[in-house]
Amino acid sequence: MDFDFAGELPKLVQLLTGIAAFLVVVALIVLLVDSVPMRWRAWSHATVLLTPALALLAIGLVIPAVRTTVLSFLDGDGRKWVGLDNYAWMFTQPDALIVLRNTLIWVLLVPILVTSVGLVYAVLVDRTRFESIAKSLVFLPMAISFVGAGIIWRFVYAYRSEGQEQIGLLNQIVVSLGGEPRQWLQEPPLNTLFLIVVMVWIQAGFATVVLSAAIKGIPAEIIEAARLDGATPLQMFFRVTLPSIRSAVVVVMVTQSIGTLKLFDIVRTMTGGQFDTSVIANEMYNQTFRYQELGQGSALAVFLFVLVTPIVIYQVRQRREAVR
Amino acid sequence: MGLALLATACASSETKPSAGDGNGTSAECAAFTKYGKHDGKTVSIYSPIRDTEADLFEKAWKPFAECTGMKITYEGTGEFEAQIQVRADGGNPPDIAFFPQPGLLERFARAGKLKPASAEVKKLTDEGWSADWAKYATVDGTFYGAPLGASVKSFVWYSPKMFTEKGWAVPKTWDELMTLTNTIAGSGVKPWCAGIESGDATGWPATDWVEDILLRELGPEGYDDWVSHKTAFNDPKVVAAVDKVGAILKNEKFVNGGYGPVKSIASTAFQEGGVPITEGKCALHRQASFYANFWPEGTKVAQDGDVFAFYLPGNDPAKKPVLGAGEFVAAFTDRPEVQAVQAYLASAEFPNARMKLGTYVSARKGVDPANAQNPIDKLSIEMLQDPSTIFRFDGSDLMPAAVGAGTFWKGMTDWINGKDTKTILDYIEASWPKS
Repeated sequence: MDFDFAGELPKLVQLLTGIAAFLVVVALIVLLVDSVPMRWRAWSHATVLLTPALALLAIGLVIPAVRTTVLSFLDGDGRKWVGLDNYAWMFTQPDALIVLRNTLIWVLLVPILVTSVGLVYAVLVDRTRFESIAKSLVFLPMAISFVGAGIIWRFVYAYRSEGQEQIGLLNQIVVSLGGEPRQWLQEPPLNTLFLIVVMVWIQAGFATVVLSAAIKGIPAEIIEAARLDGATPLQMFFRVTLPSIRSAVVVVMVTQSIGTLKLFDIVRTMTGGQFDTSVIANEMYNQTFRYQELGQGSALAVFLFVLVTPIVIYQVRQRREAVR
Repeated sequence: MGLALLATACASSETKPSAGDGNGTSAECAAFTKYGKHDGKTVSIYSPIRDTEADLFEKAWKPFAECTGMKITYEGTGEFEAQIQVRADGGNPPDIAFFPQPGLLERFARAGKLKPASAEVKKLTDEGWSADWAKYATVDGTFYGAPLGASVKSFVWYSPKMFTEKGWAVPKTWDELMTLTNTIAGSGVKPWCAGIESGDATGWPATDWVEDILLRELGPEGYDDWVSHKTAFNDPKVVAAVDKVGAILKNEKFVNGGYGPVKSIASTAFQEGGVPITEGKCALHRQASFYANFWPEGTKVAQDGDVFAFYLPGNDPAKKPVLGAGEFVAAFTDRPEVQAVQAYLASAEFPNARMKLGTYVSARKGVDPANAQNPIDKLSIEMLQDPSTIFRFDGSDLMPAAVGAGTFWKGMTDWINGKDTKTILDYIEASWPKS
């Protein structure tokens, strides 16, 4: 596509006029607010300055949330009321139940695995000579998008029948150990675990970095005191390190839980939700956009929202306590 | 060779980038004068057709666009079914969309989003296509758009060389096909190969199998009843038909040449499904006419070549129902230039121009089979134009998306992966939208 600057000129002029107009309006508002008598000033300032933010919040978040909730009580076309049918579908249809089950497995396993892998790694490399290299290595997958990681791992799990040259790393290992190649992604419920490995591979680096920083923040006196008291390495870890970095562990757990609930890309690129591996976000997309079952998709979205809410509330509380 | 043809045809117009400036009188533009002049107008097209095929489309209508002075912007996407909805809902629909599923077109028509086709397009469709084809884009008596490309799905690909060497004959009935299958299996070669992996759409080649067999077992009317849900999805007749497919696809002795056990069908890309035929690892592959594009480079597609296809036989050799698919050109706007594009695409000129550039099939009358770039396209066109052919559109494309693009695909994938027929069909039946 060639870009004709002269041809686009009217649009640029329009853009500049727009920006200028915006600045003038803002200046006028500020002047207006400043001319309000002192007593009312706090209120008028708050109103004027908060209104745009609130309006955007309403347009971008509140209205869509309300609309989605309303849609979840309507039929596939979004025209007829069907009451709680969509929710009934979600909790009774066998394949919808599998989706919920998978999401549960993900949300239970991923935060625990990511945190433990990250923690163990952080403790192991702490204050060693290779610390920075080791941390960079585990952090590298973070730079890869979920889709990219999904494609990479699809190759790791790739299958070729026995006797043929294996192109998948995992099957090649199995074959060279004398085993039979397997179709890893096609065997429920194990395939969900193979997908979870990908998420852990991506996220462990994040956990390592956060937890490692926290470990370094433990006051040297405490460690020294524990050493003088004759604490074994295990006791050091469970009695000193872990309690001291509790809040960092919580942060990692919480971010991972939310991230996992929203998980979409890995499942979509690796199995497309086939073979009983679908999760809520993937099914929400399928129902809404591919099958045009707006009601069922919205019900899944609302359910997802409900699941995330307590975690968010918990995190907000945690933060407030931390501030105190 | 097709490219060379086009290059010469376009040479004169390409030297003048702005076509609206009076070269409408030149010889190659004479054919387009009936579509009027639309200087400086732009028509956007959104379609599921991408890559090479999309480039050929753009080349094919380039002379038309230049002579009428309009600009046609084309966008192909792999996510058409989902994204067309997003764009229409978001108030940003294209002018024209190529709908590969009449079911989806119907949905947009019912929602009042599509514009009825012009009288000209209707006329061109009536004279160009059989009634079967015209009815797929008709919703509640209103006609929305002409068919564009077509594919014939009822084909079994094989290697004429291999058949001659081994002394096998092309079967004329289903029983002969099964006998042949057993003969081949006895000779130590896996008779069939198959692949149904297709990303998001994994499973569709398996649904084609089922549709082809149902069309033969239930007859065209019975097939229509099944498509429109007058016959339940888990009806015993349907179960029997799916099991008939299973007798081939779920038999370890018969599949999956070169790829592994039955389950490997679900993870083999459909583009690669038939390739082992060229390596002598299997003998038969049921796939549509467009599979001609997926053979490895250098494979000769011809009656006496490396690969060719025969008609998937039914029980009675006298009856030859054909399963196929195609796209429909429907418009979200009805500006004159948009209608001109629709009319041009509905004419016989477009498919003829398109066919000269590369492999392409249209079911339109007036399309010259001599323009076909390979013998399978030629055979497909002759089958589609044959008045005695009973044509039926791919059933999953006619069903509600929740089934046709959802549980049917997913169900067949699970079926290949080990679940039994009745469970799968009960599951699909339960998912049929209530409203």
